[in-house]
Amino acid sequence: MRRFTWFNATSITLGFAFLYMPMIILVIYSFNASKLVTVWAGFSTKWYGELLQDSAFLDAVWVTVKVAVMSSSLATILGTMAAYVMVRSGRFAGRTLFSGMIYAPLVMPEVITGLSLLLLFIGIGMDRGVFTIVLAHTTFAMCYVSVVVSSRLVSFDQSLEEAALDLGCSPWQAFRLVTLPIIAPAVISGWLLAFTLSLDDLVIASFTAGPSATTLPMKIWSSVRLGVSPKINALSTLMIAVVTIGVITASLISKRNAVRQKREEQAAARSA
Amino acid sequence: MRRFSLISIPYLWLLALFLVPFIIVLKISLSDSALAIPPYTPTLDFSEGWAGIKAFWSELDMENFVFLTEDDLYWKAYLSSLNIAIVSTILTLLVGFPIAYAMARAPEEWRPTLLMLIILPFWTSFLIRVYSWMGILSQEGYLNQLLLSLGIISEPLVILNTNTAVYIGIVYTYLPFMILPIYAALEKLDGSLLEAAEDLGCSRTSAFWLVTVPLSKQGIIAGSFLVFIPTLGEFVIPSLLGGSKTLMIGKVLWEEFFSNRDWPVASAVAIILLLILVIPIILFQRNEQKQREAEG
Amino acid sequence: MALDEFAPWRDPNAKPIIHFQNVTKRFGDFVAIDDLTIDIYEQEFFALLGPSGCGKTTLMRMLAGFETPTEGTILLSGEDIGPIPPNKRAVNMMFQSYALFPHLSIWDNIAFGLRRDNMPKNEVGDRVEEMLRLTRMEKFARRKPHQVSGGQRQRVALARSLAKAPKLLLLDEPLGALDKKLRQDTQFELMDIQEKTGTTFVIVTHDQEEAMTVASRVAVMDHGKIVQVATPDAIYETPNSTYVADFIGDVNLIEGKAVAQDGEKVTIAWAEGQPDIIGTSDKPFSNGKTVHFAIRPEKIAIAAEKPDGAANTIQGKVLDIAYLGNISTYHVELANGHIIKAQAANNRRISRRSFTWEDQVWLSWTDTAGILLES
Repeated sequence: MRRFTWFNATSITLGFAFLYMPMIILVIYSFNASKLVTVWAGFSTKWYGELLQDSAFLDAVWVTVKVAVMSSSLATILGTMAAYVMVRSGRFAGRTLFSGMIYAPLVMPEVITGLSLLLLFIGIGMDRGVFTIVLAHTTFAMCYVSVVVSSRLVSFDQSLEEAALDLGCSPWQAFRLVTLPIIAPAVISGWLLAFTLSLDDLVIASFTAGPSATTLPMKIWSSVRLGVSPKINALSTLMIAVVTIGVITASLISKRNAVRQKREEQAAARSA
Repeated sequence: MRRFSLISIPYLWLLALFLVPFIIVLKISLSDSALAIPPYTPTLDFSEGWAGIKAFWSELDMENFVFLTEDDLYWKAYLSSLNIAIVSTILTLLVGFPIAYAMARAPEEWRPTLLMLIILPFWTSFLIRVYSWMGILSQEGYLNQLLLSLGIISEPLVILNTNTAVYIGIVYTYLPFMILPIYAALEKLDGSLLEAAEDLGCSRTSAFWLVTVPLSKQGIIAGSFLVFIPTLGEFVIPSLLGGSKTLMIGKVLWEEFFSNRDWPVASAVAIILLLILVIPIILFQRNEQKQREAEG
Repeated sequence: MALDEFAPWRDPNAKPIIHFQNVTKRFGDFVAIDDLTIDIYEQEFFALLGPSGCGKTTLMRMLAGFETPTEGTILLSGEDIGPIPPNKRAVNMMFQSYALFPHLSIWDNIAFGLRRDNMPKNEVGDRVEEMLRLTRMEKFARRKPHQVSGGQRQRVALARSLAKAPKLLLLDEPLGALDKKLRQDTQFELMDIQEKTGTTFVIVTHDQEEAMTVASRVAVMDHGKIVQVATPDAIYETPNSTYVADFIGDVNLIEGKAVAQDGEKVTIAWAEGQPDIIGTSDKPFSNGKTVHFAIRPEKIAIAAEKPDGAANTIQGKVLDIAYLGNISTYHVELANGHIIKAQAANNRRISRRSFTWEDQVWLSWTDTAGILLES
């Protein structure tokens, strides 16, 4: 039985304090009555009220969610296809270029991705707006999705697919009825990753959004460049709350599933 | 036929939205700037046929790259980006290793929770995580308030808008990238190897240096590259936490593009940034390859 | 019995190299080692044998220094090694997983312990070469552990743990990862190396055949206690309990009551309608006492006709035949449903065998073939 040693407990405590302190402070000071962010002047929720009345922020939230849902869904489809191609298609002409194009966006500085896409959209005379942001986000998010999904596909027992084919499935049926349900957790986490990447992105959206569309990070950016603002603190708190609830719910669900599976396996072992 | 469409859809998408834009950047970096929309010449005009293509090629030149070498702003920006990226990678390693080590040695039932707590900030907005330090590090910020009230300092420290703030911001936001691969390497480490080292006469400390560190080397290298590569082109952190003297190439590119509207120079800056990144990326890939081979 | 036979445990003046004195080890509520006292002598090849969870690995890890006894003392050459950390003990261990350092070459793995002692460079080289020769690994010195086969890795692990010339070498399931054929070859190699180096070996194993082959003495363990310590032949021929008899090899155990004793001859009644069993014991068995009669299958003869002159004969029906090539094991069902295993050498071709499934056969054994156990 392993226990925490003094050294390990200390470094974990300090490390997590470092990771979480700034966000905790942010949350606390979002309830500050004072306009001066760093001076505590009593509890108040007035910044939340102001935030919810600011139609520019609400519009930005709407644009962001729209972009994120569309781009992450598209990226999940394309990324899963790309992963399947990478893991299952064997050799084909241009495979090296293909895998290069899958991995390059992962390490490409955002400023370059953003710049190059902007130059493309201008070059072909495309009007910039929600649509161009969706295209841009889909392109880099599909690469993340394909990495997540292909790592699952690699460990996937191919004989399951072969069994489905042997039992009379067409390749597409085998994928839909056997492969997809098994890799579903990876596809879902790929979608979630693409969704957060899109929600989070400032740089690429700034390049590819025209004057007609402003995403939430762009709105936050133009506001925080001027300094700390209590309204942004309130907004941050709301975003942190959403993420925390989401992640905790997800981990509770997966934990419950794991526990249930274990219980069922034990029951099966007993009855055998 | 089905296989063909399966391959061709993602392939064409990436060609159109990754490779083609990239070639455009390359092309514009070789063009001249002009007071027009788009603000560069030449543009490729297919209506003129072969002559148009010829005219297009003949007007491409290296003068933007020459310009970059002549204006020392760019040199300094590249060097200072490299410098900041290297220093902050080392700092992240120094902060991240003990945490990863402690996590890998934690009781088994704790590890999933610890891992989730490391990953959780990933899901939180990057921008907000960087922003959260502005209130802490500013002159009247929480850190100065705390230090002043404890009597450790008598004058508020100037941290925000300096390189120190940039280092703190990078270590803070990229820490999980360092911790996760090191944790993965340390967690795999077979405890009997440490026992064997002790059995053969090592003290705990020398077993750490002779066994633990060499065997987590690939995790350390992977983590370092995962921090170094994105840091080099970082834009948000130097813009929010750094000062006017903080030169980083991502920031320069952004300003060149949005403020100076000099697209050819911005494109040339991007191309050189990529060339600098190629070496660490190749090294990183090789490290990953080695790791896969060692496992397979 | 030859006088120069290696048997220091019979010599009252011999000093043990290891002495466990009333050692107990508890993990929380779980008692891994229960008040255990044992001596191991110099140059012995001592085997700790038992099922998993019997405490044999804990016993070994206490010798290596990775566990400390909850109670009691362990003496190595008369010195209490309780407070000595593993890196200061003249004891080396060969790990079950081999624990070869994957980032070091085989040469560097073997040199690892020597360098920790600050041995001069040329001496390190000589010693490593010697170890490589001993384990016939000279050709592979520059390779990394994952570039050699499982059997070779096993030899490297052995070379590394022997390099420091420890007083005592501990081997934790050293052959567990090898396949059967290689394991048998390696057993003899281990014995050979043990003899050459004169090091005391303590081996932990759950494989009774392995323990019997290599060991000078075998300690059979169960639930943190040592049930019996004896030479392999004594363990096999004269187990002191049904646990040992059952754990080592194949055995027929028949529970009955002693009904008469004439000198060393004991008559056991064990089932309605079955003839009493005549056995031999130097211990007195009072009338009506429960006894266990243990007899190895190879000591039971099987025949189609009733043999003459055997002390015990019993009739049954062949239920199953396990053909093992050189021998066959017959499962014979008696009239009361009891099944007895008998073994016979296959010195005739199968087609010439005089009985087969469902045939009535006669089993017989002498009055000294089995032994009587009280528990």
